[in-house]
Amino acid sequence: MSPGGATQRPDTAWRRLLRRRLALFGLVIIMLAVFGAVFAPWIAPWAPQEQHFDGLTLEGSPLPPGGAFLFGTDLLGRDLFSRMLFGARTSLVIGVLANGIALGIGTLVGVSAGFFRGRIGGALMRLTDLMMAFPALLLAICLAAIFTPSLWIVVLVIALVNWVQAARVIYTETTALSEREFIQAERTLGAGPGRILFRHILPHLVPTVIVWGTLGISTTVLLEATLSFLGIGVQPPTPSWGNIIFENQTYFQTAPWLVFIPGAAIVALALAFNLVGDALRDVLDPTQRGRD
Amino acid sequence: MAVYLLRRLGQAVLILLGVSFITFILLYVLPADPVRQIAGRAATAQTVENIRQQLGLDQPFIVQYGRYLANLARGDLGRSYLQKTDVAELIRSRLPATLLLMAAGIFAELLIGLTLGVIAALWRGRALDQGLMVTSFVAVSAPQFVIGLLLLYVFAVKLGWFPIGGYGTFAHLVLPALTLGILGSGWYSRMMRSSMIEALRADYTRTARAKGLGRLRVILRHALPNAILPIVAMIGIDIGIFMGGIVVVESVFGWPGMGQLAWQAIQRVDIPIIMGVTLVSATAIVLGNLLADLIAPMIDPRIRLR
Repeated sequence: MSPGGATQRPDTAWRRLLRRRLALFGLVIIMLAVFGAVFAPWIAPWAPQEQHFDGLTLEGSPLPPGGAFLFGTDLLGRDLFSRMLFGARTSLVIGVLANGIALGIGTLVGVSAGFFRGRIGGALMRLTDLMMAFPALLLAICLAAIFTPSLWIVVLVIALVNWVQAARVIYTETTALSEREFIQAERTLGAGPGRILFRHILPHLVPTVIVWGTLGISTTVLLEATLSFLGIGVQPPTPSWGNIIFENQTYFQTAPWLVFIPGAAIVALALAFNLVGDALRDVLDPTQRGRD
Repeated sequence: MAVYLLRRLGQAVLILLGVSFITFILLYVLPADPVRQIAGRAATAQTVENIRQQLGLDQPFIVQYGRYLANLARGDLGRSYLQKTDVAELIRSRLPATLLLMAAGIFAELLIGLTLGVIAALWRGRALDQGLMVTSFVAVSAPQFVIGLLLLYVFAVKLGWFPIGGYGTFAHLVLPALTLGILGSGWYSRMMRSSMIEALRADYTRTARAKGLGRLRVILRHALPNAILPIVAMIGIDIGIFMGGIVVVESVFGWPGMGQLAWQAIQRVDIPIIMGVTLVSATAIVLGNLLADLIAPMIDPRIRLR
């Protein structure tokens, strides 16, 4: 902590986060993506589904970036920039929603297993062992193949395969907390399980949930992109960064921008959530305080 | 040791039973009508009924599951809806290509990850270290199809150093193996960095220095072997990530393995094949974890058997 801390304003986690360059970089990317997604109808120069007469060369191949179409056009003569903006909506909605559900299930399972232990706890943890045996991507592929794909199915599928890691981390944290002296003391004083759970355990889990919530969005964004790339995620013509690549993949030798612009966007967004999540882990961890 | 081994084996068997139960539900219970899919659109009601009886789908749930398990025990993974061949046979014919790719992928991720991790640890806190750690973040944030297409574009299309896809020679193997390896190298370089930093701080390293050994000798003979030990145990756990990755990487590079088989099955909604690949992958993961748990105490006696 800086000298003369007493006269300064309190050193909040938020402040410490903003002091990290990489986290700041991540936050800027996230804000750009959110801005683009929210205001897509006003920013986008064209409708994402519009096929332009002048959007293809005379030979019928897509136009490179520059000119009337900022990022060029795709193989159907649609404006890539507009599709990217609307695609950001898909990525963010799925990323946040699927991860929120996964985190909800994970927290519920983790806290129940860690706090109540016994038979129920054991059974819940065996369930996570079982889920860990499946490769997440393959399980998601199975589920997506069985159900008719739609945006909501993709959200559910991703949530169903992604809750396990969160559950494990929160379980470990909860069991560790239950052993701590202040909880033991509270028990001795006669506090019921409800009071201990809601007044002491859950508030202490908040930092973990925030960190995993942020890192998890990165995993979710990547999984959505991969499912869409394989053709079983979000279905065209609804644009998603993954299915833009899926649709144009065969042209990547002659029209590389159709693959690498959405590709770069996916990497940037996933990286941003990873950077912010990693910085949050340091910032919210009391043992790290004052080191930055 | 024997008791630990038996308990661990028992756990693995239980998990595999659970895996088979879940695949069974995904294969026969969740889809609207698997018989219709097997019989095809043109089938008469009589044919559908015959197939239903043949597959025993008119039997009670628990009988069906028992039969499914018995088939699995004999290595029978069911029949493909569309290719009309045994799924087990299809997977067996694709397995060598996938195993080759996975071995090369693990080699690539260890080579890149461990090297970068050691370099970052030795230059800790400097610009090089920070640059490498940011790079590792990019590596774990990049979807494998983007890395694959990028490598393909730069090294195959533009530079022409490697073939655009396919199978057969060593040159065909390089790009897919690198694609598989880059994701893992991001994790390994971070783990190796912290493991190496810990080893460099350890008492035995200080003792070695105090004996008057040279810096390079201390790093190579004392710190490095100890730092690598905990990392090696992670390879077993890695298999899960690889099993998902092969579907993407094999489809990008046209590598004729299990992943490509699954990818083709996805396009045709051939659920038994997708499920067969999932079952084989899950088995590989369970065995990989088992192996990792068994090997860990052998290379590091400090890990006690519980």
